[in-house]
Amino acid sequence: MAFFTETTLGMGLVILGQCLLVLIPLLLALAFLMYADRKIWAAVMMRKGPNVVGAFGLLQSFADFLKYIVKEIVVPAGADKAVFFLAPMISFVLAVIAWAVIPFNDGWVVSDINVAILYVFAVSSLEVYGVIMGGWASNSKYPFLGSLRSAAQMISYEVSLGLIIIGVIISTGSMNFGDIVAAQDGSAGIFNWYWVAHFPMLFLFFISALAETNRPPFDLPEAESELVAGYQVEYSSTPFLLFMIGELMAVVLMCALVSLLFFGGWLSPIPGLPDGVLWMVLKMGLVFFAFSMVKAITPRYRYDQLMRIGWKVFLPMSLAWVVFVAFMAKFEVFGGLWARYAIGG
Amino acid sequence: MDYNRAAKYFLLMDFWQGFRLGFKHFFRPKVTLNYPHEKGPLSPRFRGEHALRRYPNGEERCIACKLCEAVCPAQAITIDAEPRDDGSRRTTRYDIDMTKCIYCGFCQEACPVDAIVEGPNFEFSTETREELYYDKDKLLANGDRWEAEIARNLEMDAPYR
Repeated sequence: MAFFTETTLGMGLVILGQCLLVLIPLLLALAFLMYADRKIWAAVMMRKGPNVVGAFGLLQSFADFLKYIVKEIVVPAGADKAVFFLAPMISFVLAVIAWAVIPFNDGWVVSDINVAILYVFAVSSLEVYGVIMGGWASNSKYPFLGSLRSAAQMISYEVSLGLIIIGVIISTGSMNFGDIVAAQDGSAGIFNWYWVAHFPMLFLFFISALAETNRPPFDLPEAESELVAGYQVEYSSTPFLLFMIGELMAVVLMCALVSLLFFGGWLSPIPGLPDGVLWMVLKMGLVFFAFSMVKAITPRYRYDQLMRIGWKVFLPMSLAWVVFVAFMAKFEVFGGLWARYAIGG
Repeated sequence: MDYNRAAKYFLLMDFWQGFRLGFKHFFRPKVTLNYPHEKGPLSPRFRGEHALRRYPNGEERCIACKLCEAVCPAQAITIDAEPRDDGSRRTTRYDIDMTKCIYCGFCQEACPVDAIVEGPNFEFSTETREELYYDKDKLLANGDRWEAEIARNLEMDAPYR
């Protein structure tokens, strides 16, 4: 055992193993989430959705995967080749590395750093580079327009996302996800979680997450009716696949964040039932279901509406909430509902 | 200031309504047709792939009047004709460029002997364009293959003509 705890090679192998332990189930889950997304979307439209490949079409994502990797890679004339291929890789890699700090259960985390939230937001801010580089390097008009939109949109909503989590951080007194979840633990189960204390912010966070991940109704960067597919127009085959996986992984990351920040992560909703990774997975699944439903039922926002919501509604509201939470936490109102660090939660 | 509207806006009322409606449809029976396995009904007037018909005795109907060639708005039809050994006027060449055809059905309207018709077949995609340049043999073969359906459709549509 000393080999794994003391030598550099051993520790490296352990870290590699941990990474694979997160990555492989995640990618597998992604395949089925993609399928679930399409099924839910279809069901709301009274369609059946994919139902041919495998039982109930369960293997559809794998068929798509095979299709993407055997397709021809088309590089547009005049494209900046290096940047063109770098963009999807950046998009994919950034989406993956954010998972390094996401815990799935008490202590089940690759890297238990004390600024976990900060790290996640730093990484998800960088994700805009994948989109911008992809749009610019394509040497084409629609991708460029799409990437411009995406840049403005992702930056706008990051502001409110950041302010919303500041409220949570104030309540917890820590930026570590483990501490944030631990702070939501209590005798009241589901009513101890932050969705009660930070109720309006739950919706603000959710909607901002939609905009941040370019999901409908804020999928303006890839608005297929005006921009064909935005920054992805010129992409085909594996690069497109990387973009798609990166995008979906960012969505699932947001699901994980919503569950961790507002729904108590791996905590059991009913006092008495054991906590565990299954609760975390269940919560992420439910949030993903909400993401899919929103995609199915909402029409796309106009660009000025999107910006208006971001800057004139979400920013002032989340800013006011930060001030509100700061006061409530300082004076420990309602038995420290907003000051979990003070009551030893 | 319209407080009612503002309240609706901030409580996401439209969204919840949409959510409810979406959920209602979520559990409704699906309307999907499993296409290659199930197919929807076709009207007798459906204008699909072309076919050249024959009389019951095997004689081809087309008399090379070239009305279809003349009426074709896409100029997809090319006909050459010569008198046959028995003195009757027949086509030596009857080509339809299916990549030009717009499936307007004028050819079958123009035909005085119901020779060229647009049959019920719409599943004739090919992997190359060349395969879509139909010649007389192909069209006659289509006629032989789809005669039963074509005859039935013509009969069903006859009262409305």
